[in-house]
Amino acid sequence: MSRVIIINLIRFIVLVLFQVFLLKNFSLYNLSVPYLYILFILLLPFETPNLLLFLLSFLLGLTIDMFYNTPGLHAASCVVLALVRVLFISVTVQKDGFDNEPEPTLGNMGFRWFFTYSALLIIIHHFFLFNLEVFRLDEMQYTLVRFISSAAFTLFLILISSFLFYRRKER
Amino acid sequence: MRNLLIFISKYNAFFLFLIFEISALIIYVKYNSFQRATYLNTTNQVSGKMYARVNELNSYLSLKDVNDSLAAENARLHSQLQSSYYADTAATHTITDSVYKQQYTYTEAKVIDNTINKRNNYITILKGSKDGIKKGMGVICNTGVVGKVVYTEEHLSLVQSLLHKDAKVSAMLADTKDIGSLVWGTDMNPHVGLLMDIPNHVKPRIGQWVVTSTYSSLYPAGIHLGKVSNLHAKGGGFFLNMEVNFSVDFAKLQYVYVVNNKLYLERESLDAQKKPDE
Repeated sequence: MSRVIIINLIRFIVLVLFQVFLLKNFSLYNLSVPYLYILFILLLPFETPNLLLFLLSFLLGLTIDMFYNTPGLHAASCVVLALVRVLFISVTVQKDGFDNEPEPTLGNMGFRWFFTYSALLIIIHHFFLFNLEVFRLDEMQYTLVRFISSAAFTLFLILISSFLFYRRKER
Repeated sequence: MRNLLIFISKYNAFFLFLIFEISALIIYVKYNSFQRATYLNTTNQVSGKMYARVNELNSYLSLKDVNDSLAAENARLHSQLQSSYYADTAATHTITDSVYKQQYTYTEAKVIDNTINKRNNYITILKGSKDGIKKGMGVICNTGVVGKVVYTEEHLSLVQSLLHKDAKVSAMLADTKDIGSLVWGTDMNPHVGLLMDIPNHVKPRIGQWVVTSTYSSLYPAGIHLGKVSNLHAKGGGFFLNMEVNFSVDFAKLQYVYVVNNKLYLERESLDAQKKPDE
């Protein structure tokens, strides 16, 4: 139990630092901006209570907002992401039958499940984030292009980092 | 009552979502206009200090560019010194010129955080209210206009960059003095702005300089904004719209100057008079 907490704490800090000091300066053709930090919410254990899940998403969003000068923007998108995560997991995963609190990682769940899971969650998070940031319908075209290219970039980074820390299920 | 509690605990995810989402949106709507800024930005203790630390490392990488631009600016300033002019009449008497009084003073500041790839971009600088920076001051650098100060802390300030949805600068064509206003275009290109509301009879050329106008209360007149690059921008109606290539490379900002207009307060009180009269 304490191991899970420590691992997630380290993951939180590393992902936030990585996001605000490195990925913040990234952009492809000024269109595609990666938001890798949501990997923290994607990888929280299945057994996380809902209250804790929403609280952590909110705090993660506020931390990112503090560095991005956008109070509330990332927090709102992360809370949406947490809701979609709860719904997706309740539809596709049977709750019982897990021992020692597994996490929804690539090694535990297999490539097909993890790809669908992260792709869906990233798309919803990014759609919400970009539209809330612009908040204008007449720039919809650019916003859509930015949103799709950024989602592809983030998905690519998340898959790469999952393969980097790949560990097959030990059952 | 008991049924209600069971209902809430059964769908607890949805109710938790509502609570957190509403509080996040309240924060977003309430503080994002920066009319009432919060501690939740890069001028606060934690993130400001961390950015300052990392920027110290990063600034070594661009020392060469900074040196070159400072040397170029020094050369330009030297050429404006009294000593680099010669008198072509024999001076017979000297007078103390009391016609000119200083209107603008400048404070240099280091950029510690900067973005260009979002719809609304902000710059954090390492000078704050302690150094005399106030909300509403203009910010320029040696190549042109950068933005304006929107929020100050004791040691740090937040600057709204020209690359922002709400940024608007009163501009004019340098040689014909036709007034318009410069905004950032909608296609998110950090090198291109949009010069709007130039009267229709004007015949601008590609490559013509666009500078700040004499109407601006933030910047001295004649600070470079960029060069006209495309005369056929969309929109405009009865006015001409044209694209302008910014003279400032926002991606490489290292040092900026904060402009202190000594007549700013008088100007503001005049503008405030305007409203009750209308």
